[in-house]
Amino acid sequence: MRNHSVRRWVIRGILSAVFSIMVFPLFMLLVNSLMGKQELLKTFGAVLADSGEYAGMRIFPAYPTLRAYVRLLLDSPEYFTAFWNSMIQTAGVIFGQLLAAVPAAWAFAQFHFPGKRILWLVYMILMILPFQVTMVSGYLVLNAAGLMDTRAAVILPGIFSTLPVFILRKTFAGIPGEILEAARIDGAGDLRIFFGIGIPLGVPGIFSVIVLSFLEYWNAIEQPMTYLKTKSLWPLSLYLPQMIGSETAAAFAASIVTLLPAVLLFFWGQAYLEQGIVASGRL
Amino acid sequence: MPSKRRARMRGYLFLLPSLIGTGGFVLIPFLDVVRRSFLQAVGNGFVGLENYRMVLANKAFRLAAGNTVRFMLTCLPLLLILSLSLAVMVRKADRFQRWVKTGFLLPMAIPAASVVIFFKLVFDERGWLGRLMGALGMEAVDWLASDWAFWVLVACYIWKNLGYDIILWLAGLGAIPLEQYEAARVQGAGEWACFWYITLPQLKETVFVTGLLSFVNAFRVFREAYLLAGDYPHESIYMLQHLFNNWFVNLDIQKMTAAAVMLVMVTGAAIVPLSIGKGEMDEKS
Repeated sequence: MRNHSVRRWVIRGILSAVFSIMVFPLFMLLVNSLMGKQELLKTFGAVLADSGEYAGMRIFPAYPTLRAYVRLLLDSPEYFTAFWNSMIQTAGVIFGQLLAAVPAAWAFAQFHFPGKRILWLVYMILMILPFQVTMVSGYLVLNAAGLMDTRAAVILPGIFSTLPVFILRKTFAGIPGEILEAARIDGAGDLRIFFGIGIPLGVPGIFSVIVLSFLEYWNAIEQPMTYLKTKSLWPLSLYLPQMIGSETAAAFAASIVTLLPAVLLFFWGQAYLEQGIVASGRL
Repeated sequence: MPSKRRARMRGYLFLLPSLIGTGGFVLIPFLDVVRRSFLQAVGNGFVGLENYRMVLANKAFRLAAGNTVRFMLTCLPLLLILSLSLAVMVRKADRFQRWVKTGFLLPMAIPAASVVIFFKLVFDERGWLGRLMGALGMEAVDWLASDWAFWVLVACYIWKNLGYDIILWLAGLGAIPLEQYEAARVQGAGEWACFWYITLPQLKETVFVTGLLSFVNAFRVFREAYLLAGDYPHESIYMLQHLFNNWFVNLDIQKMTAAAVMLVMVTGAAIVPLSIGKGEMDEKS
């Protein structure tokens, strides 16, 4: 079957081409972060520092060095303030999301209660709405509560995003009824069943939520931009683009350090990420 | 039967924390937004649909809404078709599947702030793309300050969302029983006939959901747009998100409330029919 193997190679060719385009930005950032200041200016001066005719491209730096990382580590305390702001913001949102969404998803998966269908519909609409729609209502509450321009202004509304409820409900609904029935016959109460069976069996869903939420809130721009005025509270997602303009030499290293937590988590939890995406598609 | 009623309310015990939060941060304030959308900015007098009329007549709103619609109509079909074709290929990639998926999903993990400098290198007037055009003997353009900005944004969007959509398609494709293909092949159906008569009809729901989620994710392209071009970008990419942001900076609450109510109605109109159809299925299972 020659025809068959030709087609297989065509498919491989197309997939490799797209694959290269997808990973190219990360590769370039990584390679450029190893350039020294001189080489950086010589290669990208046209774009970054307004000198030279066109930006050049190097697949590997002529004189690889870690100096940009050292510079970042030693000379930019603001960068690390922003790094911790991002960490606090993201961890706060995820922790809160789990506290609220795990029991809520359990309720939707395991109980029948009046108003369930209409509430589920409301949760679904909330999941779909873009941030711009809830921006005003969020502002009205945060302003009334005196929370504008505090970390809580970004964290609190993020906690009550309804996407985690969807993902977790899917996981909980997959728990076989016989297990729960057996526990009930043994006299276990609602809380025992939830903590003893629900949560342990829901761990894959919980990981999915952690990965998806981390990628989302590590990259959050709209919320901090709207609700935070004080620059020392800014997360990396807002601080980094500003810094690139002023500290060209460390720009690529700073970009790499910024994406590192997200990309490492991605490599660790790709399977959970895929499960989370699939769960988000089962409305 | 009091005990039965108690059993019926137990679900709320678990739902309560989430319900209080969404109620307090989203639902109740949104009712306030609806109320305000009918009121005057100063003095709180009732003005009926005046705010809505004002928004719809607003020049910036028309530009932004038009651009948003144009962006959706361009990038959604492109992304859906591209991701579906790739998903079909990924299924055939047996040994390399894992690798390919990793590569396709990777952009999801890269924060907008980090890639902005890469996009600058590519799309700056004197960047890589400009250099390539120069080498081909064409005029270099400042891509982000011209009508090309729209296409730069389309490219960013597709790059970021391709993997997400491929995973959704793969789930949909995987749910189609293999026997159907085998039966069709036995009867002499070709690859294309199989796709057209077996795959597509059974992907209907996946098409809808993938389209819906891609639509939602399209609003997030504001991140790249904002970091690349700021508050007031080239007018081909001035979108509703920019407008909301600028209204917010000016605290133009009246316009924002009316526009938010309209956006909810548009989104709700898309999802309510789906959920009613789905709800009946869920009751059975």
